[in-house]
Order: sequence, then C-alpha cells, then structure tokens
Amino acid sequence: MIAYVLRRVLATIPVMLVVAVFVFLMLRLSPADPAAIIAGDSATTEQVAEIRSRLGLDQPILSQFVIWFGKLARGDLGESFFFKKSIVELIGERIEPTLSLAFVTIVLAVAIAIPLGVLAAYRQGSWVDRIVMGFSVLGFSVPVFVIGYLLIYLFAIKLGWLPVQGYQRIAQGVGGWLERLILPALTLSVIYVALVARMTRTSLLEVLSEDYIRTARAKGQIELKVLFRHALKNAAVPIVTVVGLGVALLIGGVVVTESVYTIPGLGRLTVDAVLARDYPVIQAVILLFSFVYVLINLLIDLSYTLFDPRIRY
Amino acid sequence: MGMNWKSLAAAAALSIAATGALAQGKTLRIVMHSDLKILDPIWTTAYIVRNHGYMVYDTLFATDADGQIKPQMVDKYDVSADQLTHTMTLRDGLLWHDGAPVTAEDCVASIKRWAAKDAMGQKMMTFVDSIASPDAKTIVIKLKSPTGLVLAGLGKPSSNVPFMMPKRVAETDPNTQISDFTGSGPFMFKRDEWKPGDKTVYVKFDKYKPRAEPPSSLAGGKVVNVDRVEWRAISDQQQAVNALLAGEIDIIEAPTHDLLPLLKADKNVTLYDWNPLGNQYTLRPNATQKPFDNPKVREALWYAFNQKDFLDATIGNPDYYKECKAMFICGTPLETNRGLEDKLTSNFAKARELLKEGGYDGTPIVLLHSTDLAVLTNLAPVAKSLMEKAGFKVDMQSMDWQTVVARRVKKDPANAGGWHAMLTSWVSADILNPVAAAFFNASCDKAPFGWPCDEKMEKLRDDYARATDPAKQKEIAAEVQQRAAEITTHINLGQWYQPGAHRPNVSGWLKAPAPVFWNISLK
Repeated sequence: MIAYVLRRVLATIPVMLVVAVFVFLMLRLSPADPAAIIAGDSATTEQVAEIRSRLGLDQPILSQFVIWFGKLARGDLGESFFFKKSIVELIGERIEPTLSLAFVTIVLAVAIAIPLGVLAAYRQGSWVDRIVMGFSVLGFSVPVFVIGYLLIYLFAIKLGWLPVQGYQRIAQGVGGWLERLILPALTLSVIYVALVARMTRTSLLEVLSEDYIRTARAKGQIELKVLFRHALKNAAVPIVTVVGLGVALLIGGVVVTESVYTIPGLGRLTVDAVLARDYPVIQAVILLFSFVYVLINLLIDLSYTLFDPRIRY
Repeated sequence: MGMNWKSLAAAAALSIAATGALAQGKTLRIVMHSDLKILDPIWTTAYIVRNHGYMVYDTLFATDADGQIKPQMVDKYDVSADQLTHTMTLRDGLLWHDGAPVTAEDCVASIKRWAAKDAMGQKMMTFVDSIASPDAKTIVIKLKSPTGLVLAGLGKPSSNVPFMMPKRVAETDPNTQISDFTGSGPFMFKRDEWKPGDKTVYVKFDKYKPRAEPPSSLAGGKVVNVDRVEWRAISDQQQAVNALLAGEIDIIEAPTHDLLPLLKADKNVTLYDWNPLGNQYTLRPNATQKPFDNPKVREALWYAFNQKDFLDATIGNPDYYKECKAMFICGTPLETNRGLEDKLTSNFAKARELLKEGGYDGTPIVLLHSTDLAVLTNLAPVAKSLMEKAGFKVDMQSMDWQTVVARRVKKDPANAGGWHAMLTSWVSADILNPVAAAFFNASCDKAPFGWPCDEKMEKLRDDYARATDPAKQKEIAAEVQQRAAEITTHINLGQWYQPGAHRPNVSGWLKAPAPVFWNISLK
C-alpha cells in the first residue's frame, strides 16, 4: 500500500512538469502583453518597453522559463505582476472561500443526490423515478450562471431571505459564513446532484438484482437496511468515483460561481489573472489545480479499499 | 450532544451579533468600475489607481468645478514678475498618515517622480531650471523660460495626477511600484484589509486638515463624513445592480448603459451624473502603416464618419451622449470647431475623392474590434460600415480588449500582427489641452501607439506649453486642432456620459472628473 502511494506520488512529478511547460508556453505564445496593460492608454512605446524589461518579458522565452522554473523548484511561486503581493500570499487569501464553497457544495450534493438516487432506483419506473431523472437532465443542461441568476432573483431580490453576493470568512461567524454560501453552493450543486443521483440509481439498480439482496430480503431485513446497508455499500465504488471526479469538475464550476456571487476565491483569482494577463498568477493557480486533480484521483483510488475488500494495492 | 448543538447555536448567534456591531460604523460601500490591483498612481495611468490616489494622497493644486486651478495643499502661491520663479508655501497642519509633518522636501521629491513619468510633467521639466525647498514649508520652482505648465501640471485632474508622497516613498524609481502607501489625503489605505478581487478598504484620516473653502470638484475643503469606505469588487454588472437594489451596497460608480433603465425604474435608486465632462470616443489610425502613412487617406476618415451613428450604436439614449466636434471637449475653455466645420458629416463623395487623391489601392484596413467592453463593442462595426461606404476595404478583427491593448503597441505590418486603426474612449479630463492629450503627440517613435510624425504639430504643442496667457493658449489650441484635422492624428467620435447610481441614504456626492468620496454623508 505504502509503496503504491509512493509510486503514485512520484508519478505526479512528470505530470506537473508537463503542465508547467504547457501552461508557460500557452501564455507566452498568446497575443497579450501585460506591460501594455499596466502602462495604460497614454504610455509611449519607450514606457511600455521599460515596463516589459522590468517584468523580464523582453528576455527570450527559454530564459524566462529557466528563471521561473528555477524559482518554482525552490518553492518560490513568484510575485504577481499587478498586486505587489507574493503568489503564496494571494493563494493563501483565496483558498478559504474556494474550499468552503467546494465543501458545502459536495456535502449538499451528496446529501440530496444519494437519497434521490436510492429512491429512484427503489421506485424504478414510477413517477418518482421519472421526476428524479427529469431533474437530472435539467441539472446537466442548464448553465450554472442561469441557475445562479434565477436563485438570486427568487431568494435574494424577491424574497430577501439571503444576500445577493459576497463572502464572509468563517472566523467572522459561522452564521454569516453559511448564509453567504447557501445560494452559491445550491447553484453549484445542481449539476452534481444530477450527476450523482443518476449514478447512484444506475449503480443501485445493478446491485438490487443480485442474489444476496434477494437473500437479505428473504431473511426478513427491513427495506431501508437492505437499501442502505447491503445495496448502497456494494454500489459505492462507482458513486465514490463520480463524487471524486465531481470535485475535479468543481474547479470549472467555482470559476463561474465565484464570479456570479462575487466570492473572492481561487476561481475569481484565475479569471482576474487571465483578464489581466498576470502570467505568474495564472501559472501558479493552474499548477495548483492540476495538483489537486491528481491528488483527488489518488484519494479516489485509495478509497476503493474501504468499500471493496477485494481491492488491494 | 444536545449541549454541543446549543453551544454551536450560541456561538453562531454571538458571531452574527459581532458582525452586526462591526457594520454599525458609517461605512460607505461602493462598486467601482474595476478592481484595484496596482497601488501606485504614478507607475500606471489606470483610472482605478488614480481614484485610489485621490483617496489616499493630496495634491498641491486642484481643479475646481469651473475648470480653474486652485491651491489645495498650498497656502500661498506667488509668481515673480518675470514669471520665472514660482514660490509655493504649504498650509499649516498638513500631516502624513504616520503622523509626521508634510514638508516641502517631500513635495519636491514627489514632483520629480511624477514628472519623470507623466507626459505633461516631462514637458514641464523641459522648462524647469531647478526645484528646491529652501525651508520646510516652501517650494521654489525656477524656470529657464516662462510656461503655463507649472500650474496646469501640478493641478492636473487626471492620470497621472501629481500626488504628494513622503520623500522616502517618492524617491522610489518611477518605473518601480511603491510599497509604502503613506499619504496625506483624507482617507488612509488599510493595507491589511486590501483583498484584491474582494475589497479595498479606506478609513477616515482624523488628523486631515481640510481647506476652509466649500468643496468644488477636486478643489476646496475635503471634509469626510463617513468612518470607512469599502470598494467592493463585483465584476458582474448585473450582480452589482442586484446588490444595489437589495441595499447591500450604496453606490455603483459606472453601471453599464443597458442596465440604466432597470436602475431608473427603482424608486430607491438615483442616477447621478458625477462627471459632467464625460468621455470622448476616439479612433486612432496607425500612421506608420500603408495606406495610413498617407495623410490624404487618413483624412478620408473624417469625411466617412459622423458621430451620431457611433453614439447611437454604443450609448443609445441621447440623454447620455452629445455630438461635439471640439477635440478638447465641449463646455471647456479650449472648446472650438476650428478645422472640423465640414468634417464628421459622412460625406462619402468627399471621402472617396480623398482616397483617389491619396492613391488608395484597396489594401484592406485592419481594424481592431474589442468585444468584451460594453462601451466599446459596437464602435468597430459602425466604423467598418461607414468606411466601406466611403470606399475602404476593411478587415475587422475581433478580440478581447487586453489583446487590443497588446496589439496596438506592435509596429509590425498590419497583415503580420500589426494594425491600421483601433477605437478607444478617453476620460475627458485627460484630454483638456494639447499637452495633456496624448494623441496629439506627433513626435514619431516617441509618440504613443499610432506614432504620428509632424514637426508643425510638435512646434504648436511647444508653443502651447510656453504660453501663459489663457487667450493665447486658446488660440494655439485651436491651431493644434486644425493641424490635427489636417494630418489626422486621431478622430473624435462624440462625447458620452456615464452616470453613477446610489441609494437614497447617500448625499453630497461631488461632481468631478474623478469619483471622489469626501463630502458624502450617509443617512
């Protein structure tokens, strides 16, 4: 097991290396110039060139890469072109809102989706099943920002129950923290509820036709125990995989959701950095997201051993 | 377990109460036109950084509501009879935010740093023999020859504004961002609460000593009536409007024009034209690229265009725009139509005639089209349509604004990553005279992108810089405009206005070329 984990961790190094090279090249080859953005409308060519030189953007791409990668290897992510802040500090400030949003979204999605999926499988072909599956199709189809605006209109503007936008740090109070996360998490969870509910239903339907389920029923187990103790546990592997991949999908979702709800997280940071062509920040955030993605995949693989004792590494 | 839930509920209730208590101070919550990313108003000309500058720093002089330059940090201002010595005495009681007194030495260092970056400052310095601080309160500027640029420069209302900084800060290389944000303005910047992408926080500087005069635009007494100002970074315009309607913020500096009807319909929102000078749309041709290296071909643009089509397509509502041929802005001392009387009328026959005279060979004009800024998006399609009616072939290339910004500084051939023409918008306060307005600079490679090259224009701009008499300045500005029309440095496509929006609890928002938040009271 430990040898497997070590092998997997070591395997992330070449993956991160490829991501680093790819992101660096994509940015440098794109038609953008952070120096021209910083200099502003009135700047002369000389002034733009001066800024470009200060930022090191006038050097050959290979030299720029060697400098950046050298710093990265020493654990130095560099400094933002714009913010006059270290990237570690910027990411540190932004990580809490994103983690909070991801956590509440996943908890909400799992808490809603699994009972719905189980219910749909248990009542296969009934109107309950059709409603759950209809909702799933809708959840996949409607863009996140449309759901966001609809929820804001209803719960924040019309009913005035929840704030329109913003984020409150957990240290300032759990109540305010949760109040400001409900709408964004609901918005973001719709697609995961759809995904996980569908997967739970399909997976459970397969298990429910197994012999041991019939045996459990024959032994007089109550239906709730049959569903949750016997069937769901054995159907868990594909569900956990989907939940885990959902966390990775969440990365794309937070970019939109954080922008709609003005949450100062890593998603907003990514958007702002891309719009401003803040190369060091974009590079660092994408590397971070890639690392998280790889890590989640590893955790999913390891979690299989919890649900299926036959799986050994 | 029951106890745990009770404890949790109590903690949550306490934290909510604490949050409520925090919010009880008078906090003005504003959504600005963009997020604040850079903190050095000398290092960049970005308007959001200029606005930050007005919060934190003070100026020696300032422009009032009539466009007159008035002393601000300065108490007494004397000019010698030969107009070669300008002596300024600082007001009593001026303090930096760290409590140290503001000295003339600080101001001298600040003027030098500003003048190294700002085009008007650079021009001013060509007249300056020395800047000295003979004592802690006196600044003496000695000139080699008279110029009107000392006052005009030090009272400049828009980017780069000559903000005063402590000497230790002002001695930072002008091409390096400052990292100490001590100012002497009416608000103090809360560096520890600055979260780019979230909010920027300022608190009232209790020891700020306002002038005794009533406020007038950027001049007069800067009296602060709130404890704290928060700039909330809401990038989505619809969300900013939602937040205003829900009372979560007090002011939106610049709501997009398509959302104005929504705001106007709400009885809890007032639209307010805080910047009466507005903005000016402008087309910039690239004078280094064929066929625009030929002035006749560039001149054809004046006859192809009319302002109404551009303004209708972008702003739409005539309440928020004005057709105005004056390149130095209608309603200002230098307003004139000289040289433009028959232009901007979509006289396509005349445009075609000029193209023929200029030997236009049908080379496609690469027109940069910005697609992501609402106030600019529709300009290029209108320009394309009018140019084609005049006989141009147009290759309109669509891209986001930041790509336009990167592309426009490239001198490559238009068909190899360069460009022929692009459209932008100026804040009127930036283009009030021939020295401040960057697009009149025709010093070839030293000019901003577009790089026009014209000795006569440069001589006229020098003449303007030398002139100290307002009547003489007005005459020279008219000649500059006439020359700009002949060589087509750029084309002005009309003035437009950007109202702000505020809730009924806000009063006292001043009209000024930049949004300023002293004088505002909260009910």
